[in-house]
Amino acid sequence: MTATVDLLPPATPPSEPRQPRRLSSGLQPSDRIFHGGVTSIGMVVLALTGAIGLFLGYQSIPTLHHYGLRFFTQTQWLPQLDKIGIAAVLVGTVEVALVAMVVAFPLALMFALFITDYAPKRMKSWLISTVDLMAAVPSIIYGLWGFFLLQPHAINLARWLSQYFGWFPLFHVDTDPNAAVWQQSRYTSSAFIAGLAVSMMAIPLACAIMRGVFDQAPLGEREAAMALGGTRFGVARTVVLPFAKGGVIGGTMLALGRALGETAAVLIIISPAYAIKPRVLEAGTQTTSALIAGNFGNATKSQLSALLTAGFVLFLITLAVNSVAAVFIRRSRSGTGTEI
Amino acid sequence: MTTLYAVPPVAEADTPRPAPRTPRRIRRFTAEDRFAAIGSFLGSLALVYIGYLHILYFSGVLGFLVCWYVTFMVLYGVVVSVSNPRPIVVERLVTSTLYLASAVVVLALGSTVLYTFAKGWRALVHLNFFTRDMAGVSPTAPLTQGGIFHAIVGTVIEVGIAVAVSVPLGIGTAVYMTEVRGRASKLVRTIVESMTALPEILAGLFVYVVLVIGFGLSKTGLAVSAAMAVTMIPIIARAGEVALRVVPGGLREASSALGATHWKTVSRVVLPSAAAGLVTATILAIARGIGETAIPLICSGASSFTNYDPVNEPMNSLPLMAYTEYSTHEPLAIVRAFGASSVLLTMVLILFVVARLLVRDRGARR
Repeated sequence: MTATVDLLPPATPPSEPRQPRRLSSGLQPSDRIFHGGVTSIGMVVLALTGAIGLFLGYQSIPTLHHYGLRFFTQTQWLPQLDKIGIAAVLVGTVEVALVAMVVAFPLALMFALFITDYAPKRMKSWLISTVDLMAAVPSIIYGLWGFFLLQPHAINLARWLSQYFGWFPLFHVDTDPNAAVWQQSRYTSSAFIAGLAVSMMAIPLACAIMRGVFDQAPLGEREAAMALGGTRFGVARTVVLPFAKGGVIGGTMLALGRALGETAAVLIIISPAYAIKPRVLEAGTQTTSALIAGNFGNATKSQLSALLTAGFVLFLITLAVNSVAAVFIRRSRSGTGTEI
Repeated sequence: MTTLYAVPPVAEADTPRPAPRTPRRIRRFTAEDRFAAIGSFLGSLALVYIGYLHILYFSGVLGFLVCWYVTFMVLYGVVVSVSNPRPIVVERLVTSTLYLASAVVVLALGSTVLYTFAKGWRALVHLNFFTRDMAGVSPTAPLTQGGIFHAIVGTVIEVGIAVAVSVPLGIGTAVYMTEVRGRASKLVRTIVESMTALPEILAGLFVYVVLVIGFGLSKTGLAVSAAMAVTMIPIIARAGEVALRVVPGGLREASSALGATHWKTVSRVVLPSAAAGLVTATILAIARGIGETAIPLICSGASSFTNYDPVNEPMNSLPLMAYTEYSTHEPLAIVRAFGASSVLLTMVLILFVVARLLVRDRGARR
């Protein structure tokens, strides 16, 4: 359609100066109510969530004032002796989370790639449902599963690792792995087994994000790689994985953040031990969340403050991990492709 | 499916009819490929069976499977490389590894679900398990006594209150961040995003310290709901924001161009378009909240009697009951723990299926 423009006859001057119609830019009353309501909801949530962060930070002042830097170097948690520190707990937390990620990362990556590039079309939606369902299963159930079903098998693997790789401090266990009747209880309730259970919660989180990013790999480049005679793995290696690098890193870190804060499954599996030790296969470790769950009940006010401080440190770590993850994920996907 | 057309043979003088052009199916496995895969599978099994169990006298299922996998990869690689170039060999080996990894993940989830139901089955067959509570029942009592009624009631009430609070707040925040875009929306987004990193136990401890220690309230179901809402609001707000953001801007502009007010645009165009995503976000948050163990452990504590009142007396819930029954280490109590877990898992499964159906329904209508 072509727009027609009426040209004014040049000879006749305008009889009166043309006034632009006044436009009202103000909001309708209904919109004003709507905006006010939604804004106040936003402010309530902001105040609520902000208050939690401020409260946690505020609560940790007396603890840090009382214990100083010793709070971060002390391994024991003995409130009756006024010896409180989170060194061992933090190491345990990181150990469990790292074991979980070592298991979860390759599985999540391969499962996500399988869903997007390898699985037959009919299976695809079923596999996506599997991932979503896996994310929805409560952690207590993974804990019970890990304790009763996984542990009896996992201790054999732990023993095998310590038998052949015991010279490596990570896999060392303080017992004789070659004994005819080996001490099974030295291998149970370890950071390794807790990490295996936690990985079940990390896999779906990482996998869901990786799958989303893999799916967004540009179709033209995929087809170009295929047209050049690439195999499916060739396409994945040259197009999909380089495109999705940010999403892979982001998804992994998001899952790491979840693994760091996990409580119920860890609480069921580990037996508490307050010592910095790299031996992940050996019985006994402690994580921050398990420490809080185990000690809040008969804590005095100052001990509660110490527990809150431990939790605050954990929160800062997960926050840092999540923020880095968010940067990577944001860089790899945006809502720009959806505009009409 | 991409199909390639085979080049028709050049028509010769004495053949008037060219062969009909049939699309050639690409990426089809030839008989040789199939034999290579099946043969390597069986061959490696036989090799490992003899070598692992009868020559080296090893034992253990896990070791057997790992050795089988390694042998299979070597054998399959050699067999495929006889008649294929290197890229194809790599492709085949990667494919079989991906199948294996996926099978491991699916098996892990399947074993979790099946094992929970299998261990809980002895409790689930008794009707009293669903209709009675544990008041006056000791952990060692037979399964014909006591049940999880109080935990089901507690879970439903706690999650119900948490949902009633967190859904309007969460979706309202999402609307604020994407539609209204007020001055503080960037700050709200930052804070909400960082609050998704809050470990559940810390939300529980926060509510415990503020409400129970600070205001002197008793440990109740309401405290649990409050802590649950604290963890659910950021999840709903963030997932809801994503759902709202992918609503095409053209729809909003079309609505505004027709003279609709902003409120009408949001309520009649944006929210209905994003309904599937918002429902998914909500169900995701419910599934997360329903399985929280640490929060009821801290904020309410276990009780053995049925309590309908969220503001007085502690209230049990299914995950907490599973945990407390487990921690008695009594064989029958552990069966009850698995029974409670099975019911919890069933609830999650139902929620999950409902979410799927809702999403599919909306997708089909459009």
